[in-house]
Amino acid sequence: MSSRPAKPAPTPTGETRGYWEGCRAGELRIQRCARCAHVQLPPRRFCGGCLGEDLRWERASGRGVVRSWSVVRIPLSAAFVPDAPYVVGLVRLAEGPTLMAALRCNPDEASIGAEVEVEFEPRSEEIHVPCFRLR
Amino acid sequence: METNTLRGAVAIVGVGDTEVGKLPGRGSVDLTIDAAARALRDAGLEKGQIDGLVTSNSMVDPHMYHAELVAETMEIQPRWCMTLAAGGATSFAAVHHAAAAIATGLCETVLISSADNLRTGLTREKASAQQSSTADPQFEAPYGAPVPVSYAFVANAHMHEFGTTREQLAQVAVTTRRHAALHPAAEKRDPIEVADVLAAKLIADPLRLLDCSLVSDGGSAVVVTSAERARDLRSAPVYLLGVGEAHTHEHVSQAPSLVTSGAVSSGAQAYAMAGLSPRDVDFAELYDCFTPVVLVELEDLGFCAKGEGGPFVEAGHTALGGSLPTNTHGGLLSHCHPGNPGSMFALTEAVVQLRGAAGERQVDGAEIGCVHAQGGVLSSHCTLLLGKEPS
Ligand SMILES: [Zn+2]
Repeated sequence: MSSRPAKPAPTPTGETRGYWEGCRAGELRIQRCARCAHVQLPPRRFCGGCLGEDLRWERASGRGVVRSWSVVRIPLSAAFVPDAPYVVGLVRLAEGPTLMAALRCNPDEASIGAEVEVEFEPRSEEIHVPCFRLR
Repeated sequence: METNTLRGAVAIVGVGDTEVGKLPGRGSVDLTIDAAARALRDAGLEKGQIDGLVTSNSMVDPHMYHAELVAETMEIQPRWCMTLAAGGATSFAAVHHAAAAIATGLCETVLISSADNLRTGLTREKASAQQSSTADPQFEAPYGAPVPVSYAFVANAHMHEFGTTREQLAQVAVTTRRHAALHPAAEKRDPIEVADVLAAKLIADPLRLLDCSLVSDGGSAVVVTSAERARDLRSAPVYLLGVGEAHTHEHVSQAPSLVTSGAVSSGAQAYAMAGLSPRDVDFAELYDCFTPVVLVELEDLGFCAKGEGGPFVEAGHTALGGSLPTNTHGGLLSHCHPGNPGSMFALTEAVVQLRGAAGERQVDGAEIGCVHAQGGVLSSHCTLLLGKEPS
């Protein structure tokens, strides 16, 4: 068991550092463009709306709705085998952007339209990945 | 811009498929040339008569300059040469690019050949790494969701929004298998019923093993040339009447919709160029990496109303003898799926159908065929309309 690989902990890049710092501090952050007010995730150097560079970090509500979901029965990586079956979904945040994330619920509890709230799963000292629980 | 600039300008004059399934010891360059040689023979052309070449890179053993390597190995020196990458849509996008190159005089006769050895060439570790690399490393990979999950999102969304049933999804696989049984080279030819699909191993809810395409070795090629040149060649030309592409996103989390795709746009462009409507189409070859995709494509390409894909398939319209026989060779679900080259077999099948040479699985009165492929997760789309006559 000790040889089982750890679940992946992303390596932040220049564009995403502020996002992962937020996750570590227990807050989900989005980027808002100071010029056109476009809101985006995943984080980028440029605004997807106007290609401007004046992007501000903003704390998101952490709430959203499930756009779709599935249950992983056969994990790709050995790191996920103990968790199977587990639920993964696409969550549309109240602020607009969609994230893929683990849904912390049983397979028979998952449904499209379900309201969810963010929580964080530590993967390393630095990286806590956002997951969602049913509200 | 005029929309009819490519209509009838080029024709497919040669097709070739390699054997498919498990082909141990065969690599992508080898299979690419195998398919190419078959297509050239079919066209009655010598390799030196090719002045354009398009290939797709290997997932198993990627090369920096794949098309140039194929050219070097075949000992040809094309004046127009590229390695194309648009996932599952690669093969048809290649036809689009080749048609444009021929129409503008960049070259005259293009060989498009695509092959890979996903089945025997990938170790389990390599296959896992390959699949992981399609996920965004920071925003998708941390959740351990293999590729079928993304298509399960599509299936669940379609079921939720339109009341599509599990049985209707299963019927896609059942009908496709029935067609594969009539194709001598198809990998899976044993008949299946809806109950078999529903009892198959659960992969990613609601998708089961028989909702998922195969993993194969193999390759397929076509030769495309100007309509003028095509008239002097051996086989009956199959003309490109319309083509369109749409590229809407890369990652599934960024898809504008999970139930409506870029096929709406690529299809509309192709119909406009051809001056045709969905009612004019006699058969379709649609990308079927997973069963729900076929429903989305049938709807988005206008063969039935939005949300009616499930009932359309259930009523038998997509079966041989129905109003729109679909995936007459058995598709990616039952014929073969060597990765990016997979849709190429749908193109060669469409040509064989339009030549009237499909034997037991021949669509009666096949005059116009629609082939559509998508890559990524509903990401890249290319639609081709093909016909026996140039207009
Ligand atoms: Zn902006």
